[in-house]
Amino acid sequence: MAVAIEVDTVSKRFRLYQEQVQSLKERIIKGHVPHEDFWALRNISFDVKEGETVGLLGHNGSGKSTLLKCVAGILRPTSGRIVASGRMASLLELGAGFHPELTGRENVYLNGSILGLSKAEISRVFDDIVAFAEIEPFIDNQVKHFSSGMYARLGFAVAVNVDPDVLVIDEVLSVGDEAFQRKCINRIKRFQAEGRTILFVTHAADTVRQICDRAVVLDHGRMVIDAEPGIAVRAFRETLLERDDVATDTDAEGDADGSGSERRRTLKIRITDVVVDYPDPSRRHLLPGESLAVRVRYQAAEAVDEAVFGVAVYDIKGDNIFGINTELLDLAVAVPTGEGEVAFCFDSVPLLDGTYFLTIGIHHPGGDPVFDWVEQRHTFEVVNPGRTDGLVDLGARVEVRGATVAAATK
Amino acid sequence: MRRSPSSPSSARCIAGLLLSFLVPGSLGALDTTLPDGSADSGGAAPRHEISARPSPRQRLADVWRYRELLGNLIRKELKVKYKNSALGFLWSLLNPILYLVVFWVVFDVVLGSGIPDFPVFLLAGLLPWNLFSTSLGSATSSIVDNASLVNKVRFPREILALAGIGAALVHFCLQALVLIGALGVFGFAPAWEYLPVVFLALVVLLVLAAGLGIALAGVNVYMRDTQHLLELVLLAWFWITPIVYQYQLLADKLAEKSSLLLLNPMLPIVLVFQRGIWNHTATGPTSGGRLAGAVESNGVLPPDATLWWYLRNVLIIGAVAVGLLAGALWLFGRLEDNFAEEL
Repeated sequence: MAVAIEVDTVSKRFRLYQEQVQSLKERIIKGHVPHEDFWALRNISFDVKEGETVGLLGHNGSGKSTLLKCVAGILRPTSGRIVASGRMASLLELGAGFHPELTGRENVYLNGSILGLSKAEISRVFDDIVAFAEIEPFIDNQVKHFSSGMYARLGFAVAVNVDPDVLVIDEVLSVGDEAFQRKCINRIKRFQAEGRTILFVTHAADTVRQICDRAVVLDHGRMVIDAEPGIAVRAFRETLLERDDVATDTDAEGDADGSGSERRRTLKIRITDVVVDYPDPSRRHLLPGESLAVRVRYQAAEAVDEAVFGVAVYDIKGDNIFGINTELLDLAVAVPTGEGEVAFCFDSVPLLDGTYFLTIGIHHPGGDPVFDWVEQRHTFEVVNPGRTDGLVDLGARVEVRGATVAAATK
Repeated sequence: MRRSPSSPSSARCIAGLLLSFLVPGSLGALDTTLPDGSADSGGAAPRHEISARPSPRQRLADVWRYRELLGNLIRKELKVKYKNSALGFLWSLLNPILYLVVFWVVFDVVLGSGIPDFPVFLLAGLLPWNLFSTSLGSATSSIVDNASLVNKVRFPREILALAGIGAALVHFCLQALVLIGALGVFGFAPAWEYLPVVFLALVVLLVLAAGLGIALAGVNVYMRDTQHLLELVLLAWFWITPIVYQYQLLADKLAEKSSLLLLNPMLPIVLVFQRGIWNHTATGPTSGGRLAGAVESNGVLPPDATLWWYLRNVLIIGAVAVGLLAGALWLFGRLEDNFAEEL
């Protein structure tokens, strides 16, 4: 398949000026302005093939938005090349370029021409845009009277009706209500079905699993991995933890940039091993309804008065199915120095076919600080010999009235 | 009406030539050779390097391709400016009228400039000057003012600067229409043979404003003092250009070095407008019998100036302006790399 976007050893350097004030006077007097170089991107290379949907994952400050801006042609890389084929539309902000004083109709035409459409082309898709945005009665009102939802819908509607071959999306889907988000996701899925190429930035791992063919993980401006969504999401979560390891040793304050998903590990208690005990050791899976035990072995560097051991189960799409910890069970666990084991025993697992991911954590009550954390590295397998469909066995039976029932003949 | 039959077409011809020079491929089949992939080539999608820095020529071609956006942005600028104002477009006429009254009272009535038909003389120079200064002003702040757009969407950013100039041009045209109407009512006739040069001077003025405006717009992103500094520079520039006083006053002060005046690119342009519109040698029915050269004798305009002298000066400034525009586009292309970061 042909390559739609080719990112070839792209680096981007920013100059960080020590003083915010950049006046002419200072430039003339000093001759130069003192600055530090900051590399927002370092030698990033990857391809997006035609028809592929690729996610860019990274925590705040990882360079993912900078990279997306470079691909969208808004920033120019310091070195390296970005080559694209086909018409590209970028959606970095919903309704970017809308003018509050103009009406919805005027803004659609203005916005469309900013995105490179001719008047005739906009007229052709105008009705689609208005229909998608669901603002027919208000289209001739000034945009400043629009609700933020209407604003976002109109912005999204214009961008997707540009009819691009390549769509570049920033975290715009996080705005708007749930119905709007679902609509956007559906529209994006239609794009995929039409064989168009999508590159988008997110830090929602779930979205990556839902709609991406592949994901690229960035950390501190470097590429960590370019892999399938499941593997990439795991790598993404691991980088957060690894990053914090280093951070606690060297620059604890400087790196705490307030990113919510960060978890700092103190490693007072370290997870040494996680063992999944299947009911029948001869096979490496369980049947629906069978029991399962997850044994967590740990090593405590020092005694901890109160520790919380927890486990969470995720399905392959990254949805959290179940989670439990000792705190929720009202168990106070005091851990002395040395080794030990905590086992989570599930008497009956009603899950159906699939691979399930386990996240294991040991932390202080309340969740902070975290002693140790292993994100979705361990898995267990369920094999469903029956013909039931879905995720969970709800144990249904059928009652029939007013019709005759016989065992179906094959 | 006496009208030289060749003048309108020759004006169009000159404009056409200039345009074809400025916009590569505007005479040829531009639409099939788009570098950006929006051409319908039918087969495989064309590849283009997003990270490449376009050449000045390429930039002009991009602007041409986005000409519809340019039109929309100009319309937006005008619409937004007069939205919710009762007088609307009349405001754009009130400004020069106020200037006219003030300058007329001060320079003609109080100081006694001795310039015949002073209001016409003043407006002939003031309107192109206003076009130039408002163009530069709005172009310079255009990128900073549209930060949200520059940060989020890819398009040729110099269009924002050009839209400011375009809006100023619309105002200029309105004012010029009113001026021409007023002249007609009072029986003044322009110097018809000079009108093609006046038109050329207008184009040169726009190219000059585009060159300076685009460069300043880029610089202003990094040094916000630029727009404030520009106001001062424009004020000084206005007074060293003979708009409210006679050219000869300035030339006499410099004596032998009067050719230095031509270093001011606005001077030849303003002179052409004054010569063509104010046109004192051929004014109206009452002064129709005056000798040719009456203007020269009262020392308002250069004494030995011929049509060729005016044309030559405008062409020189035109060449400089085109060079400046090319340089400005080159500079803008470099400054543009980090716009989204600096805004």
